Amino acid sequence: MARAIVMKKNDNVATMMCNVKSGETVNVTGPDFELEIEARNDISFGHKISIRDIKEGENIIKYGESIGSAVMNISQGEHVHLHNLMSNRGRGDLVKSS
Amino acid sequence: MKIKGYVRENGAVGIRNHVAIIAASVCSGQVVNAISSQVEGTVPITHQHGCSQIGKDLIQTERVLVGLGKNPNVAAVLVVALGCEGVVAEKLVEGIKGTGKPVETLIIQQEGGSLKCTEKGVRVAKELVEKAASAKRTEVDISELILGMECGGSDTTSGIASNPVVGKVSDLLVADGGTSILSETTEVIGAEHILARRAVNEEVANDLLRAVKECEQRAISCGVDLREGQPTPGNKAGGITTIEEKSLGCIYKAGTADLQGVLQYGEEIKGKGMYFMDTPGQDIESITGMVAGGAQIVIFTTGRGTPTGCPIAPVIKVSGNPETCKNMADNIDICVADILEGKETIDSMGEKAYKFLQEVASGKLTKAEINGNREMAIYRIASTF
Repeated sequence: MARAIVMKKNDNVATMMCNVKSGETVNVTGPDFELEIEARNDISFGHKISIRDIKEGENIIKYGESIGSAVMNISQGEHVHLHNLMSNRGRGDLVKSS
Repeated sequence: MKIKGYVRENGAVGIRNHVAIIAASVCSGQVVNAISSQVEGTVPITHQHGCSQIGKDLIQTERVLVGLGKNPNVAAVLVVALGCEGVVAEKLVEGIKGTGKPVETLIIQQEGGSLKCTEKGVRVAKELVEKAASAKRTEVDISELILGMECGGSDTTSGIASNPVVGKVSDLLVADGGTSILSETTEVIGAEHILARRAVNEEVANDLLRAVKECEQRAISCGVDLREGQPTPGNKAGGITTIEEKSLGCIYKAGTADLQGVLQYGEEIKGKGMYFMDTPGQDIESITGMVAGGAQIVIFTTGRGTPTGCPIAPVIKVSGNPETCKNMADNIDICVADILEGKETIDSMGEKAYKFLQEVASGKLTKAEINGNREMAIYRIASTF
């Protein structure tokens, strides 16, 4: 079965330890954590999978810390990357437009 | 814990025995390379800078060139200058000479051009190498080591496996009385609050927070999303999405030791324990800064794989990506991918990596050394005029 690692218990994303196809089951493990979820996209090794539903604007949590914000609603099992997760730091583009 | 190193005139311990031929400016780089190519045992220190620089930027370039010359991995130095550049050769010699090591100078304009300077330089360099060759390795305490810590071509395995392994190595070295340096200020953006909590006092915590804030402000002043350049395209292909994510993985390299202080780029390290140096995330510039600060050895994690080294310090490559460990085996010294499978732990691989570090410190060559990687770059903080 496809495997993903979660770093801290309160994380809402995990890191894929292999390539996974949409519809396949992923076993997510970590410290005091075990969960089986269904991948909703094809996701490559090393990329992130959401392990619960995340609302637009909510922080994406990895290593127990915010790594940015969801720019749209993200369902459990979706690929989390550049298309749906934005950084909140070093945003010179936002300063310019305001 | 013991290693076998070279005890220099001032008591500092080197783990390599290079004669460094240092270009004062870009204008003397060709002569430096010509000399070095003819004399085994020398390393060329060339760069694009050294002229038409002002203020803090000029001071920083001088500090780095002096620091590289002072590094105890260097047995002797030959400074080669054109003669009219902003980085004055005498100033470099003056800065390096305090260590007690032999330092010679040649000025191309005074020697009558490139060929004459090269000819004389080859003779001078050969004499320096002959003298350096009589140095013997002796047993010294591992606490003499200053370890530079770097990550480059990161992917998400870096934060999960290789960076925590380096963190363990740092903890072991610090526990044995040695020194480690975390670097790459860009790659602390988003994780600074965690590191600041480990500062030995409020002043150190504020120094760190200020360095990170200034770095972020410089990025913001460019008017674009930092994500254009950081994380890099390779980081993103490897699954890292934001600078916060990269940073939170990056700081695992610092292990669990207290943060003793924050150093300027290329600043000489005088204390023991874990330090932070204010360097950019660009690997080569960052490594140069730490080695100029006195690091004799560098440990470098990578997910995507990278060949880079340093002219005067061995660079140990650690990867947690199983594909990279196979695909770029020529470049990776330590594969820690078994951690991902649960076959090894961070502690067990950390112990192995620490043993490897001792072997390299005692003379074992790294892949980057064997491959001849001698990348050199100096971080600039102002434009050229």
